[in-house]
Amino acid sequence: MPRLVSHPDEVKIVSRRFGQGAANIDRYIELGGYESVKKCLAQTSDWIVNEIKSSNLRGRGGAGFSTGMKWSFVPKQSAKPKYILVNGDESEPGTCKDHLIFLHDPHAVIEGTIIAGLAVGAKSGFIYLRGEYRYLLEILERAVADAYARGFLGKNIFGSGTEFEIITQTGAGAYEVGEESALMESLEGKRGIPRIKPPFPAVVGLYGGPTVINNAETVATVPHVIAMGAAAYAELGTPRNGGTRLFCLSGHVQFPGVYELPMGYNLKKMIYEVGGGVANGNQLKAVVPGGSSTPVLRPEEIDIGMDFDQVGKAGSMLGSGGVVVIDDHTCVVEFALRTIGFYQHESCGWCIPCREGTDWLKKSLARFHAGFGKATDIDNIQYLAENMLGRTFCPLGDAAAMPTIAFVKKFRKEFEDHLNGEPCPFAREGVPHLTVV
Amino acid sequence: MPDVTFTVDGKKLTAPAGTLLIEACRKAGIEIPSFCYYPGLSLQAACRMCLVRQEKVPKLQTACTTTVAEGQIFTTESPEITQARKAMTELLLGNHPLDCPVCDAGGECELQDMTFKYGAGESLYAETKQHRNEQQWSPAVFYDRPRCILCYRCVRVCGEGMDVWALGVENRGVHSVIVPNVPGENGGGDQLDCEECGMCIDICPVGALTSGSYRYKTRPWEMNHVSTVCTHCADGCKVTLGVRQSNNGSEIVRGDNRDKSGMNGDFLCAKGRFGFDFVNHPERLTTPLLRNAAGELEPATWEDALRVAGARLKEVRDSRGGATIGVIGSNRTTNEENYLLQKFARTVLATNNIDHERTTDYAAFACALAGHPGKTAGLREIPSAPAILLVGGNPTDEHPFLAWQLRTNVRLNKARLYIANSRPIKLERQAKLTQELPPGGYWRLAAFLDAGQSDFSKAILAEESLIVIFGEEFRGPAVESLIAWGLKRANVRFAYLGDHANSHGAADMGLFPDLLPGYVPVTAPGPFAEYPNLPAAPGKTLPQMLDVANGGLGALLVVGANPVTRREVDLAALQNTFLIVQDLFLTETAALAHVVFPAASLYEKSGTVTNTFGDLQMVRKASDRAGAKPDFEILVRLAGAMGEEVKKLVPFGRGAMTADLGQSRGAQAGEADRHAVWLEANGLEPRLSPFDPFAVLDEIERLVPGYKLDRMNLMTGNDVRTEVAPTQPATASAIGGEDLIVPAHDTLFTSSTLGRYCSGLNEIEAHQTREHAEAAAD
Repeated sequence: MPRLVSHPDEVKIVSRRFGQGAANIDRYIELGGYESVKKCLAQTSDWIVNEIKSSNLRGRGGAGFSTGMKWSFVPKQSAKPKYILVNGDESEPGTCKDHLIFLHDPHAVIEGTIIAGLAVGAKSGFIYLRGEYRYLLEILERAVADAYARGFLGKNIFGSGTEFEIITQTGAGAYEVGEESALMESLEGKRGIPRIKPPFPAVVGLYGGPTVINNAETVATVPHVIAMGAAAYAELGTPRNGGTRLFCLSGHVQFPGVYELPMGYNLKKMIYEVGGGVANGNQLKAVVPGGSSTPVLRPEEIDIGMDFDQVGKAGSMLGSGGVVVIDDHTCVVEFALRTIGFYQHESCGWCIPCREGTDWLKKSLARFHAGFGKATDIDNIQYLAENMLGRTFCPLGDAAAMPTIAFVKKFRKEFEDHLNGEPCPFAREGVPHLTVV
Repeated sequence: MPDVTFTVDGKKLTAPAGTLLIEACRKAGIEIPSFCYYPGLSLQAACRMCLVRQEKVPKLQTACTTTVAEGQIFTTESPEITQARKAMTELLLGNHPLDCPVCDAGGECELQDMTFKYGAGESLYAETKQHRNEQQWSPAVFYDRPRCILCYRCVRVCGEGMDVWALGVENRGVHSVIVPNVPGENGGGDQLDCEECGMCIDICPVGALTSGSYRYKTRPWEMNHVSTVCTHCADGCKVTLGVRQSNNGSEIVRGDNRDKSGMNGDFLCAKGRFGFDFVNHPERLTTPLLRNAAGELEPATWEDALRVAGARLKEVRDSRGGATIGVIGSNRTTNEENYLLQKFARTVLATNNIDHERTTDYAAFACALAGHPGKTAGLREIPSAPAILLVGGNPTDEHPFLAWQLRTNVRLNKARLYIANSRPIKLERQAKLTQELPPGGYWRLAAFLDAGQSDFSKAILAEESLIVIFGEEFRGPAVESLIAWGLKRANVRFAYLGDHANSHGAADMGLFPDLLPGYVPVTAPGPFAEYPNLPAAPGKTLPQMLDVANGGLGALLVVGANPVTRREVDLAALQNTFLIVQDLFLTETAALAHVVFPAASLYEKSGTVTNTFGDLQMVRKASDRAGAKPDFEILVRLAGAMGEEVKKLVPFGRGAMTADLGQSRGAQAGEADRHAVWLEANGLEPRLSPFDPFAVLDEIERLVPGYKLDRMNLMTGNDVRTEVAPTQPATASAIGGEDLIVPAHDTLFTSSTLGRYCSGLNEIEAHQTREHAEAAAD
């Protein structure tokens, strides 16, 4: 089991039960579990939706859409069954928060799913777990089975006469399936390729029925919002960015780990105080603030609050909460290559700009980094990425293009240092090279 | 949907709400490029070529998925959009091999066109391209992966269009490949088990999928492209033949219908697309044959062969009477030839002993519908009919285009297809309801429907408008009872399924011993009273002519038919009969003949044919085979050899003669077009050749009930409707019998005798058999 970290600035809401054996249903109940869903059963669906709306809870998957708003889009009447779909396909490099939730607190996901079901009138929910998290499936399935055994799931949950079923499913190892419509395709047993929108999942989703798709952290947060009240939760964060979130601090910091901090927490503080600063006494070169797809920030750009709006204003994105710290011994070209290598590998291949663009970016960067670059390559790499941006079928293309553009724009000098047949400037210092798969 | 008004590039356009922007623009003449978008197939939004700017929307939008609504404002041409399209083309060309100089698609490649338009002329990349070796998936289909741009048209047309689902996508990202459905040694598919229609080849915008029969043979611009009608089944698909000059006339190198010249759009089945190679078969007859003193067939000149045949026919007629001469016509020759053949039989040979290989009971159909015009349905109407009842038949195999139309209608319009059959057929997958019938139980169908006991009959009775398509399982009284059932109800129309390219035309043109063209009884010839010496009594049917017990005929003329094989004829019946055969090949029947004339195929002549739905279309001469002559010409020459006045048979030059002679100097001066215009303007058509089928078409229009044609439409290459016996009183075909109708039951890869000489089809069929055999052995 991974070591848990902690810091006095943390406000533990979602991570409250981490490390306390809450995967056991009795322990979960002991720690106040399944009280929120009972509270919701006594309320109307509108009350639940409004509560979540006013909590300013925003999707933790990356896009940061208002969760309550999303729920309210589901039509009240539907000829086809409605579904709740929990997106546990956590695959963004730099992000490892849902992993901990499934490991330490699977019942929170189950409880949140039931509450979402009550809110939109769905009778079944699916929890879709990343293929590489297969080892967590046992814990999750055990939790679901226990919930069924207690009558918390099934035809008559908590003796209320209401029906709710949960089905678990793992993926087969595709980043693309983290995109909500590709996830639905995958769940339906098809190739993991995104769907054309509109229609949006809230109207036509899984098996054609209205579907709410929420990130696992979002769902796990819901019971806490209900328990503490929307206002109290919203209060913890900044305006329009309610509550706390799990930040996955990684890279060259002294104390990497998953920290639950209030929305709007200062990034610089996060790195230097929570994370203990750059490791090995090195200097900070760059920060990727929200998972590998978000544009990199230079050291002078990091004095910002970590919420969706402030990071957006700084030209990047809060994304999935994966903060990657890069020290001055790291080659940005190599980092860019490593990043694009991931997206090239994970591109589903459906649309031209992503399929071809990621591949040419990877090839160009690999050659460039190996010392065979030409001066025109730098512009070409930027041109390629800019011509992918906003033109791909789904956000994966943007996820590959955005960081690439930022790397070239913000660290052009470092690219230029690779020219003229010179070996990578960082190779000379004996830093072990990342290899691109 | 109500019309909405929106703005594209500053122009106000109007279209029904919900129309796809790309369609609305194309209708208005605004070209939006696309690779993956294909009308009628599901939307992909994968190629990103159709990106347009919609006002107030942050990102560029795909025109292929954007539906129009009131007040929207779009920009389809701007530097931003041009750059986006240029970038897509650049990205595609990155991995696309630049082998255009040897690529089959060169000259008709959509990627070439896009590159030309958006000018992605320089490569930004220094790295090597992705490469994979070419694969042969079947005798018909080759896949060249590096050329593939992954537009998924092939996957969709195979799955959605053909309901075959033989193609899919394997791997992901830049390693994505299209794979066929039969796994190869390395796991990935490398062979096709499918209907081999070749739709995937033609729908491919680039040269990734190429045709086994066409690849590397020629360039598109080196061919003449002639649109004519397929010679195989009775659906009457237009096929555009690519023809190249060769040392023995001309050679057909390709068949497709990419120009969507007929009602089949770009649809063709394996036979239409690949089944043209019989014209170049090495066994093709190119010289007349005469049986010599030793009893062997040997090559002869046309003059000798015609002299011998003519003299012998004349002698038999004059000495033993026309009633001892028989004539068997063809299901694949033109209406004009069939009409001419029966006229030749009746007026020159003085016999009503004329028949053809009937594949279905068109005579009963015509008689049952007599006096009820407008009760037949054309093939064009099938894809929009709200409800269709298909009884008997198996269109997937025997009428592939009809099956396509039915599937399209169900898929795009949610039409209700009802199927009643005694055997399971593939189209049941599209059916709303199915009803199993006992074999031979078809005649009870009308009573079964009227009883209204089952869900099936209740649903049928509840339909307000219905097209009933029925197969050859219905004959004689069964046809009558089904038609009678339909005529009692409002809005029921019919189509009857026969087998060959012009089976319906052969029946309509009176290749019957008891019926004249238009199903006019010989006993009451009506308009045909003008025929000189028309014998009054019905003649012998085909089985009767070949029946030993009947004593044998003095002479028998067989045009484009092979009854010896089809009927398993007792050869003794032909022992004392002087047999003349006109055919493409030395068939079993031709091998017994005394005189054999080498005939031109349907692809080597002009005229018209009528499909099984009664849609009449023009056949255009595509190629030439030195030595062979159209049956039309052979018949006229034969009449001439018998000393007949040819003009009585073919009314050529009538009326137009004098007017034309003075003007033809214009034509000689190289002003042929002006000359033709002048003739048209004066209501004159050049009828100066006795071999002009249009002279006979004029007579058909004048005399045959139901063949009042929309000439303007016909001449522009469209299909026009014919009616079966709209006004004649009902007269059942007097001479009947179970053995009169022998359906061909051709499969997707067979085409009766003609199919034996289609090497490509035979190769495909062998491939299919092999794959199936292997699958069964597992």
